[in-house]
Order: sequence, then structure tokens, then C-alpha cells
Amino acid sequence: MKNIFSLNVISGILNTMIALATPYLYAAIGEVFAQTAGVVNLGVDGIMLLSAFAAFYVALVTGNLWLGLLAAAVVGLLMGLLMSFVSVSLKAEQGVSGIGLYMLGLGLSSLLFKVMIGTVKTIEGFKPVELPLLSAIPFLGPILFRNNILVYAAFLLVPIAWFVLEKTTFGLKVKSVGQNPAAADSLGINVDRIRYVSVCIGAVLAGLAGASLSISLTNLFQDNLTAGMGFIAVALVYFGGWSPVGVLGGALLFSVVNSFQLWMQVLGVNIPSGVAVMLPYLLTIVALCVTVNRVRQPAALNKPFERGES
Amino acid sequence: MKSRRLTAIALIAVLFAAAAVAAPIRIAVIMPSATTDLAFSQSMYSALLSVQKDMGGESALVLKHTDNMFNVPDAAAAIRDYASQGFDVVIAHGSQYGSSVQEVAKDFPKVTFAWGTDVNTFGLSNVYAYTAAAEQGGFVNGFLAAKLTKSKKVGVTGPVKVGDAKTYVDGFLQGIQYADKSITVSETWTGSFSDVALMSAAAKTHIANGADSLTGSSQSVVGSIGAAKDKGGILWFGTQFEQTSLAPALVVASQVYDWTAMLKEIIAKRKAGSLGGSTYVLTLANGGLKIAYNPGYALPAAIKTAADATIKSIANGSIKVQP
Repeated sequence: MKNIFSLNVISGILNTMIALATPYLYAAIGEVFAQTAGVVNLGVDGIMLLSAFAAFYVALVTGNLWLGLLAAAVVGLLMGLLMSFVSVSLKAEQGVSGIGLYMLGLGLSSLLFKVMIGTVKTIEGFKPVELPLLSAIPFLGPILFRNNILVYAAFLLVPIAWFVLEKTTFGLKVKSVGQNPAAADSLGINVDRIRYVSVCIGAVLAGLAGASLSISLTNLFQDNLTAGMGFIAVALVYFGGWSPVGVLGGALLFSVVNSFQLWMQVLGVNIPSGVAVMLPYLLTIVALCVTVNRVRQPAALNKPFERGES
Repeated sequence: MKSRRLTAIALIAVLFAAAAVAAPIRIAVIMPSATTDLAFSQSMYSALLSVQKDMGGESALVLKHTDNMFNVPDAAAAIRDYASQGFDVVIAHGSQYGSSVQEVAKDFPKVTFAWGTDVNTFGLSNVYAYTAAAEQGGFVNGFLAAKLTKSKKVGVTGPVKVGDAKTYVDGFLQGIQYADKSITVSETWTGSFSDVALMSAAAKTHIANGADSLTGSSQSVVGSIGAAKDKGGILWFGTQFEQTSLAPALVVASQVYDWTAMLKEIIAKRKAGSLGGSTYVLTLANGGLKIAYNPGYALPAAIKTAADATIKSIANGSIKVQP
């Protein structure tokens, strides 16, 4: 048991935590934008899958990871436009259209994988980049400052997203159409346009989440690669109270518990593996119960906007 | 007039007989993951393609498949659909499909059902069950890992402690113990057959803890292999399918499930009028399990000789591996 508290193990737990948290951060912060504008996008997992495939395929064919990343973003954007069209323009029920988008991403990524790649292959993904001086800081340096570019970007996204949502006019508009679209509309804000942009930002970030899986974390693509990560990302938005900082806390908590349970198993701590595997999910449910009532969700969440209706 | 009638009857009889001879056997298979998973599903799909080729192609064997059936109710519907469409043999390739097979098989007594990995035919005369003595190849892989590890630490990345994933790991642990009792083996179970990212994280955790040799079971182990490849210098021991293609430099050997003999026997028995009622077990002795060494890995000759001797001992029963 004392092994768990050794520096080597703690460092290992934190390292794994950061790697595991990366896709959740992209996807959940993206979903914060969509939900803050009033649109629940349950298709995050499908966007992640199709983008993960696109990133992997383009990187495999061209040998260029940056082109792969671009492909993931473009696929994310297209999926975002589709979601926006269905849920904002056509005013379809958001939950159902999100599930539809998920099914589309799941099926299409599987089909394209079979037709265009055929079998599981691996590529050389993004390599860790050591930040000068910072990576030399004892203990924390290698954990925080010896990661690949997608990891750094995911964590940088937190303050950027916070700034955009809290300190810019655009962020104010996003919040207003999510809280009271009729009032926003009366002030001359184009509700549909803001919702389109917000959903698309979210979808592009979900695309990057998929890319972070296929060309950074696992460096391969397989059917259903995400294994439901997109749905956990949606849960993290509720957990985080629709705030990028809250999402960061949730992603780190979920990932650290996951990392901790893996290390417990490796070190032979005598608890059943089934219980260990349940821990992250159990903790997330407990944390959701404790936190979700303390924050206010966007008042117009999941409500299509029709001019003239209050 | 009479001779004309007789000729016509004879002609019709010949045509019917020719049609009966030419009628291909129709086989459908339902699998939990992709046909390209380099593991459980691909082992069956490849065997079916091989049998189809041996029999002369699609004119002799019509093969349909439904993959990625993680969802058991969907799989149950697919099993029923194939049976109702008149397929001769419906293979439900997953131990999770047992209750579905039990339910559907009763409604289609003329259809042969095969399912695994399990040994239970439910007392039904149209159900075959099949399984693999995965612990045997696990033992050989464990033996090899014990001989090759330098750090004396070996990691196991599994999905859920059930079925052949469990028996493979049980055999692997026995093989390690048989070869070298001083080796530390760590196990992680992710709780999922499909979570590649978590499997990758599990492998990285083993590596961070000092393991230089890894193994694992299920379609999600591609995550573990990818993690080992990223790190470099880590050895991999595969199971279910030949996994060398994924990391040619680090795969030492793979236990391969070869279902072809079993499939051919099921087809032959069906043609002879036996629709089910028995169980098949792949073993090293009957050739259903094979150890495929990676020709690209420079396995020391003495270790290969010892491993081959171990295979022989398991096959002839002088080494008994407990599932």
C-alpha cells in the first residue's frame, strides 16, 4: 500500500490523468459553448468518431499530422453545421437530432474505416514537446511541461474559453441567447446565427477531441474508438456548471480517479477490478448530485427559438 | 407417349438433383466487434473466408456477416432475422449471445446454430457450442515472457475477467510461474471490451511501473499494442489473432484461434443430417490453437526450442494448464 504514495506512482497517476483528460476537455468545453447558447448537442460522440477517423486517415495517407488535425476540424465543422441546421433552422427536438448525429458518426466512421483502411493500423502521433526551463522544474515539470502539443492546447483552451464567454461581446451574446432568446432578439441579436456559431465552435472542438484520441493518445483508429467518451463530456458540462473552469475540474477529477484505479490494479491493491473500474463513474454521479443543483443552467437550454413566441 | 413422359420426368429429376448438388450452404455470422479487429471477431471471419475459399467460393458457401453487435438485443434480432431468411447455419460469435441463441434456436429446429465461446448447447439438437482452451496458448506466451523479460516485470491488460479473456490470463500467469517464480506480474482490467483509450492508458501504467513485456486480450488491446509501440523496447504477446502486423518489431508471438477445422466439421455434419448437439474446444493438441511466432522478431533459438517443447508437453498432456 505504501507504494501508492511514492513519488514515482503519484507522478505516474498525474501523467495519466493529464493524458486522459485531454479529449474530455476539448469535447466538454465545446459543448459548453453549444449549451450556453441553448443547444444541447448529444451528437458529440459521433462528431468525435468521424473526426478521429478523418484525422487518422489523412495522417496515415499524407504522413502529416497537422493536415490530420485540419481534417478533424473540418469534419467537426460540417457536423456542427448539420446539427445547427436540424436543431436551429428546422427546430427539431435537440436530444433526438443529437442522437441522430451520434448514430451517423458511429456508422459512417465504421463504414469509412472498413472501406478506406480495412484493418487496424498505427501511426506515429504527436510527440511530447519539452518546454524549456519549465520541464526542468522538479517533480511537476515533467508532468506538466513534457506533453504533446494537443495536450497543451487543451489546457490553454480553458482560460481562452473562459475569456471568450465572460469578457467578450460575443460571449455575452452567446449567454443571452441561451438565457432569454426573445430578449436577445429584441435587442437586435441574431439568435439563430449565434446558435449556429456556438454549435459549430463546439463541434470543431469535438473534432479536435477525436483527433486527440486517434493521432495523439492511441495513434490508431478502430470502430467505436471513443467508447462513449462524448457522452461523458456532455455530463461533464453539467458537472462543471456550464463553465470552462468547472469542466476542467470535472475532467481532471474523472481522469485522476481513472488513473488512480489503474495504478491500484497495477500495484496489486486488493480490491476487485470491477469495483476499481466503477470508481470514476461512481464519483462522477456523486459529484453531479452534489453540484448540479448549485448552478443554474441556461434557461433556454433545449428550447428552439421562434420569433414572436415568448 | 409413355417414353416422352418418362424422359420428361427423368429430366426434371436430374435438374432437381443438379440444383440440390449445386445449392450452396448459407452461413451467417454475428460478431461483437469489427471483422478487422485483429482479435476475436477477425479470427472467426478469417476462418469463414478460408473455408469458403477451400469449398470453391460463393457458389459453394454464401457468407453474410453482421459485425459491431455490442448491443445484445440487436444481435438477438439479427440472429432471428438470419434464421428466418433460411440460412442453414447461424453463428453467434460471442459468449454474450447465449440466451439469444437458446431462445431463437427453439423456433427454428431446421437451422443449425453455433455459438461461443462456451460449452453449453442448452440440450438442443440444433445448437453447437464452441470454445478455445485459451489458457494453453496463454501458458506458452507466459513462458516466453518469463524467458525474455529483463526488468522481471510483466503487465497484463484485460477487458473483463470472463470467458477466454480470463482463461488466457490464467494460463499466462501459470506459464510465468512455471518458467520463473521471481517475476512480478501486474494485472489491469478496464471493464470494457471496446475502450481502446483506457486500454492504452493501462498499458502505459504498466510501462511506467517498469514492465517491459505486455499481453492482453480483446479487441481493445490494440490500444495496449499502440502504447507499447510508442514507448519502444516493450515486448508484446498476442492472443486470438496474429497481431504482428500492428507492431512488427515488438510482437514475439501470438496465440491464434483457428476455427476452420471446426467450421468444416459443422458443415459436414449438417450435410450428413446432424444439426447440432455437441461442443468443440480448440486446443493445441487438435490444432485449433496455434502459436504464431513473429518471423521478424529475433527469438533466441534456445528459448524457441524450450517454447516448442512446452507446446508439445501441453498438447500431450504432460503439462496440465488449469483454466
